[in-house]
Amino acid sequence: MRIVVTVKQVPDPDVPPGSFQVDSANKRVVPPTGVAPVMNGYDANALEAALKLKEAHGATVVALSLGPAEARDVLKRAIAMGADSAVLVEDPALAEADTWVTANALAAAIRKMGAEGEPIDLVLSGRQASDTDAGQVPLGVAELLGWPSLAPVQKIDWADGKARVERMTEDGYDVVEVAPPVLLAVSSEIGEPRYPPLRGVMMAGRAQIPSWSLADLGLSDLAPRRKIVRLYAETREAKAELVKADTAADAGRVLADKLREAKLI
Amino acid sequence: MSTLVVVEARGEALPPQALELVGAAQSLGEPTDALLVGSGVRALAPRLPVRRVLVGDDQSLRPYLAEVWTPLVADAVEQSQADVVLFPHTLLSRELAPRVAFRLGTAAVTDCTALGRADGQLVLAKPIYGGNALADYAVESRPVVATLRPRAFPAAEPGGATPEVIDVAVPAASPRAVVVDTVQAAPSAGPTLKDARVVVSGGRGLGGPENWHYVEELAAALGAAVGASRAVTDAGWVPPSLQVGLTGTTVSPDLYVAVGISGAVQHMAGCGGSRNLVAINRDPDANIFRHARWGIVGDYKEVLPALTARIKELKGSG
Repeated sequence: MRIVVTVKQVPDPDVPPGSFQVDSANKRVVPPTGVAPVMNGYDANALEAALKLKEAHGATVVALSLGPAEARDVLKRAIAMGADSAVLVEDPALAEADTWVTANALAAAIRKMGAEGEPIDLVLSGRQASDTDAGQVPLGVAELLGWPSLAPVQKIDWADGKARVERMTEDGYDVVEVAPPVLLAVSSEIGEPRYPPLRGVMMAGRAQIPSWSLADLGLSDLAPRRKIVRLYAETREAKAELVKADTAADAGRVLADKLREAKLI
Repeated sequence: MSTLVVVEARGEALPPQALELVGAAQSLGEPTDALLVGSGVRALAPRLPVRRVLVGDDQSLRPYLAEVWTPLVADAVEQSQADVVLFPHTLLSRELAPRVAFRLGTAAVTDCTALGRADGQLVLAKPIYGGNALADYAVESRPVVATLRPRAFPAAEPGGATPEVIDVAVPAASPRAVVVDTVQAAPSAGPTLKDARVVVSGGRGLGGPENWHYVEELAAALGAAVGASRAVTDAGWVPPSLQVGLTGTTVSPDLYVAVGISGAVQHMAGCGGSRNLVAINRDPDANIFRHARWGIVGDYKEVLPALTARIKELKGSG
């Protein structure tokens, strides 16, 4: 079995609010300084799912990212956790990539991997990224490849050459069987990602990570479909009306009356 | 020019967000059509206050599979000639809308909280970076495809002229994926988290799972859904399905009560759209107070029982 896991490098979301600066003039968010970017949380869950399949059934796991040279750090982490190899799609023309461009480039990279080696059985992706929070790229990749997708998934088993998946629904889950190739968008319910063992960290340090340009992928003239016309911060002021009373219990009662006045109860 | 709203129907009632989608579509000022999709749902069509209802009704459409729905919806979008297509931001449409968009050669904007026009162009606003920033997107290709956050748009009034109902062909599908079982979670006592008008959430400040009943009792008195911060679900006090936040459910209730929650990015991403937020926390410097309309600095073990009892009194007296 051959599995590709897509991983995105994102600013660390576990920082205090307000540490992100919004640069409206350049329409970008400036991540906090001194805090290293991390592997997107759901992508780490997807990688964990791939590594569990590898342990149970044998598989080759390839980590795939798209981004600037610094994104090699998340690919090294993927190798440290247990991925067998990694590829970075890197091109100056991708600096302004939107979901359309990103999905096209990743789909082309997956096609290239399949053409040059064993066929790809599974693509596992995190259900969404914590920066732009769109959850769109994996499904675009599946559509461009002409593959089925299942999203979001909370459990993946493999039996008789098929994936057996728990796909989450609004009121529970469906058990779905699907023959490869298929793309699965993974949710955190699948389990906590492992911590890289020391041996893995040493292997990651020596790993060669090739970078593929758009020309390597046979792509040109990829035009974004959407653009940010305005980026702004929601103004948050210290506006809470603090309910004060002699005791905390009294404050609770006064609060109830205020909620009634505001017709909220 | 027209706007098409996609209604994922099941059962005998319109889904909660259907009229919100119609309301958002009407605000764009072009004729509004609907695409009603499901199995045995055709009878719902006249209840949609729109110009035309396209109906895709077939047994093959349930249980849902993207492989079956995508060609149907993409064909219907082309048939309707809509230049804007609005989906609900449900688990189902989070998969379906991007697939339909890519099949049509366009891109989607997901989880939108506002629609507007600037320089004659449709702009779609959505929170990014866990709600630290809002981005207004414009889409250069057509149609524009978007999913709309639940409870972020005012619902259209039902009624009015009866819409024209048009059956659309359901393409013959032979999906590779097969749903072999459907498991429904045990129904919870209160309303579902994402659709609830009132939510009470607890955080690490509660101290331990043995104190969770304080949150549940307040929620019961308010008729609220119960939520939790990631710290609490990670610690296993309550199931992950209760998590409100970046990696959990996004809620936009009329009233959100945060108990013992500090208000990290992770959490505010899930509840920042609440219309009224109440914070109860011992730490006067907790970030949550910056988002709150009302706050109490104090020990929840004293505040909550008194608050709960007074709410019961007020509700009892009508």
